[in-house]
Amino acid sequence: MRRSLLRQVAPIVLVVGAVQLPAQDTVSRGVRIGLRYDPGSKPGVIVLPISGGQGDSIRTIIERDFDYSDRLTPILLSAEDGSVLAGTTAPGGTPELNYPVFAKVGAAGVVQITMTTRGLHVALHDVGQGGVANVREFPVPRGDYTREWRQALHGVSDVVQEWITGEKGAAQTRVAYIRSNVVYVIDTDGHGDTPLPMIGPALSPSWNPQATMIAYNTFGPESRIAVVDLRTNRAREFGAQRNASNMTPVFTPDGKSIVWALSTEAGTDLFLSPLEGGAFPQRVTHGRGTRNLSPSFHPDGRRLAFQSDRMGTPQVYIADADGTNADVFTNFDFGDQNDRASPDWSPDGRQIAFHSRIDGRFQIFTMNLRDRQPRQLTSEGENEDPSWAPDGRHLVFASTRTGVKQLWVLDVESARLRQLTQAGGSRLPAWSPRLTTR
Amino acid sequence: MTKTTRVIPLVLALASMGAVGACGGKPAAQAPAPAAAATSVRDTAQERRDREAAMARESAAGAATAAAAARQRFVDDSIADARAAEEAMRRESDMLRATVAAVIGFEFNKADLRDDAKAALDAKIPILLANTSVTVRVSGHADERGSTEYNLALGTERAAIAKRYLVERGVAANRIETTSFGEERPLCTDSADACWAQNRRAEFEITAGGPMLTRPRS
Repeated sequence: MRRSLLRQVAPIVLVVGAVQLPAQDTVSRGVRIGLRYDPGSKPGVIVLPISGGQGDSIRTIIERDFDYSDRLTPILLSAEDGSVLAGTTAPGGTPELNYPVFAKVGAAGVVQITMTTRGLHVALHDVGQGGVANVREFPVPRGDYTREWRQALHGVSDVVQEWITGEKGAAQTRVAYIRSNVVYVIDTDGHGDTPLPMIGPALSPSWNPQATMIAYNTFGPESRIAVVDLRTNRAREFGAQRNASNMTPVFTPDGKSIVWALSTEAGTDLFLSPLEGGAFPQRVTHGRGTRNLSPSFHPDGRRLAFQSDRMGTPQVYIADADGTNADVFTNFDFGDQNDRASPDWSPDGRQIAFHSRIDGRFQIFTMNLRDRQPRQLTSEGENEDPSWAPDGRHLVFASTRTGVKQLWVLDVESARLRQLTQAGGSRLPAWSPRLTTR
Repeated sequence: MTKTTRVIPLVLALASMGAVGACGGKPAAQAPAPAAAATSVRDTAQERRDREAAMARESAAGAATAAAAARQRFVDDSIADARAAEEAMRRESDMLRATVAAVIGFEFNKADLRDDAKAALDAKIPILLANTSVTVRVSGHADERGSTEYNLALGTERAAIAKRYLVERGVAANRIETTSFGEERPLCTDSADACWAQNRRAEFEITAGGPMLTRPRS
């Protein structure tokens, strides 16, 4: 896995070491210079070996986050090579790195992490400028490989990514999904796959904007909407009604209400209920006996995408948040009978991801609100139910490309794909907003 | 083994004699007298008295056994008759239950009732009308091809349309509950047309009042 880069560059080290480099150590500490970031490139980043008990694990987790970000290229060094490259640290604590050597191995940035009593001290070196670009101390909870400990490290990765690229990463997030009608929550690097306590057979999980609650629905005779507080694992439930199914709950962007689909003998329509309860559900769509479900809000909360078959085959519609001015969004070919469903509005509000039937199988599409040009992102196996990462660059969805349904993460810029889950039958993913720390 | 086979005819003979004696109201001890007289001339009076007493005891026991056996036979026969009648009723009830529980199928992405589905519902109606304590849960199901969430709505609608058909023909609406399982409970898991057709269905489950259904009077 780790290449011995040092062997390849060893002669250079000697050469460089013999030459006086005026650029070295000329940048004063604490000055944010930033690295030049070209959106099309993936700058090389080296994480230096970290001394201390969990140092190797911390380094591996952060390197993997950089890799999964698809915005950075982690340059993996063996511990020995890393130690040599790290060079000497002056008594005052000022890092002295041999920047030209790092430049030769393709690194634009070098991350130097030191364990402290409160957490981690992180310094980002700008190799091109030959100095420290950013410094911060991150609190990290004590504990052996707990979810909180891992999440704190993902938070470090996201901030370092922001230092380098100007865009915060999405490593410190989770994905909720369904397996065997149970809601599971998994870290974005595939760790910590954990079921939530259920009040019944579940579908369609979704997150509140603070990432502290998950809503889902149960189906069958006891169909309910459940809202789980992740801090206590306690669930509140509502929507119990004879002869009805409650489906596809989402939180409004202010986090105060739930919009969901109620399916009865009179059809399926969207309703809104305050999270605090008490009020009678307020009708959002008037489908007149048709099926209207799977709501997804524009981040500003003023508009709503949903799925409706009011004109025949299911299509994605956009309406004002109160249900008025509903207009078909995805009907891009006149007379096209392929259904389109499961809309998810991107975090920047500019596009909507959905699935569309192509040759009998669902595939993942995105469509821009401005030009309404559909873009097909998948073609292998069947691919369903996309959900955006808060970085607006990655989508998670369920795919049968390896036989059984698994969750996969796609970088919509580079088309790089990775498998997130290992257990078959994983589906209906919902990517969390950024997790609030502390 | 041989001992048992020898004893049985004797017991049966005694039992039948005892039963006849008991019916005739004569003293049971007198019946075997001719047999006793023919046995031996050398018997002492005491021996004869003892033998007669023993035989009387045997005979009385035999009569009681015979009466019990007859009673048992009567009971067994009536139980058998009752069981047969019950079995017939149960068979009929099971057939009626099977008719009420018969699954109906649907076309892809549709909730309309096909002709065969209407015929299956028509067969349920008189049974439901004749058994007013019966309540039914109708569960709508879908095949795997549509969107997961859409299929839950489709299942709700399939159950609702089946219910409406029954209610329009006289079955009280509050006796029929509807629910949906979408594509979550397939009967068949191959990705093939025949399998999908099986999964697009409404199931009918008797939830109360159904241990013994009676046939509708025609």
